Amino acid sequence: MHMKTIVKYVLLDLIKNKTVAVYTIVLFILSFSVLGMSGNISKGILSLLNVTLLFVPLINLLFSTIYFFNSSEFIELLLAQPVKRKTMLLANYTGVATALTAAYVIGIGVPVMMLAFNPASLMLLLSGVFLTLVFSAIGLLIFVIFSDKTKGIGAAIVTALFFTLIFDGLLLAFIYSFSDYPIDKPVIGFISLNPIDLGRILVLLKLDVAVMMGYSGALFKKFLGSFIGIAYACTCLLIWVALPLIASVRIFRRKNL
Amino acid sequence: MIKIENLTKRYGKFYALNDISAAFYKGQTVSLLGPNGSGKTTLIKSILGLVIAESGVIKVNGHDVKKDWAYKADIGYMPQIGRYPENMTIRQVIRMLKEMRKDVNSYDEELIERFSLRAIEHKTMKSLSGGTRQKVSACLAFLFRPNLLIMDEPTAGLDPVASEILKNKIALERDNGKLILITSHVISDLDEITSHVMYLQDGALVFYKTAEELRASTGEERLNKVIAAIMQNGYAYENHR
Repeated sequence: MHMKTIVKYVLLDLIKNKTVAVYTIVLFILSFSVLGMSGNISKGILSLLNVTLLFVPLINLLFSTIYFFNSSEFIELLLAQPVKRKTMLLANYTGVATALTAAYVIGIGVPVMMLAFNPASLMLLLSGVFLTLVFSAIGLLIFVIFSDKTKGIGAAIVTALFFTLIFDGLLLAFIYSFSDYPIDKPVIGFISLNPIDLGRILVLLKLDVAVMMGYSGALFKKFLGSFIGIAYACTCLLIWVALPLIASVRIFRRKNL
Repeated sequence: MIKIENLTKRYGKFYALNDISAAFYKGQTVSLLGPNGSGKTTLIKSILGLVIAESGVIKVNGHDVKKDWAYKADIGYMPQIGRYPENMTIRQVIRMLKEMRKDVNSYDEELIERFSLRAIEHKTMKSLSGGTRQKVSACLAFLFRPNLLIMDEPTAGLDPVASEILKNKIALERDNGKLILITSHVISDLDEITSHVMYLQDGALVFYKTAEELRASTGEERLNKVIAAIMQNGYAYENHR
């Protein structure tokens, strides 16, 4: 009962949020122009995949972190009502994640469905939605860990950079230094630690551009095959949504507001 | 109604509250006084279960605040800083709270009328001034007719007219037998309505007395002068340490 009410009003607030509106419109225009310009649908999807992998984590993480910190006084007021902390926190997350998911689905999904409907584009949507859910959950975790907004935003930027840039560097260093050993399977395990890589693989497994698959994609196809690969990546991504949420609820239980 | 036993709250090495014990009953208007950082807000947030103390017990109507959250149904809280989701309107904020409190079906909307909030209820929270947001917070505190009101610096951002309206409302509810806890560092605002004074310094309880006792012991009629006299003479420390 409380859950539904809070989600509803968080959504009512976010519908009028300018950042969410701009995010949706930019994605929408980008999708139309990318798909319209490139004659090859696969190439278009690939470009949108790169846009998704680069911007969705950063924007969702930053936006959710800032939004949660800005709501902290309101969260406090609501917690003075007879409502469970857990309900309160998860309802806030659900509201924010729903709004951001809707922005992605409208911004990328609608143009893609109109101009390039195929299994790969569906996977692109799934991957983008997963990344939205994962990174807004990490935003929630940052909010419950840090009591100071400035530090929280700093942590959000570092986290986003880690997953978009630094992680790949570490992966390369790992592959390079152990290249004399059979490391294919450890590499798959390594990749599971980065939701962005999982999102990339999800799409690449459905996209017939073998050249573009890269090392990790090729590994996935070789060892897991298309179907099991997708199932494995989806499971990992689900865990990536659940873990930050569980951790947030546990930390929030003891948090001083 | 509220019983606090040996409450201690630490942030690292810093004691925000140090072994506080006190009891508050119906019909009292307790002013929590003390300099900035003396632990007033931490104390009321502990009562609301927003701050979790290391040791000590707080019971509200017999319920341990650490064990369940249902006791909050009987508390109206007005925070020091009222910040709301910026695109929500006043009407939406009030409706949201009402929808969360399905257990209540009769509302006290006197303050909404007296502050004339109906005329501006379509405005978004970000467009409101700090004082108007304070008025919204005050209305929400009284909305569900709680028997216990906790107000953190309620008159700080209000203009004199609004401040007077709020004080009258507080006095009215006290006469209805409610318990009201107010923090402030300017007692002059609360002079007429205070029945008890609790004075905190550096997280420690310096004294907790009725307004009459204080007036008698210092020979001053107005409470702000009483408090000023106490702070100047270091009265508090001599009597309690």
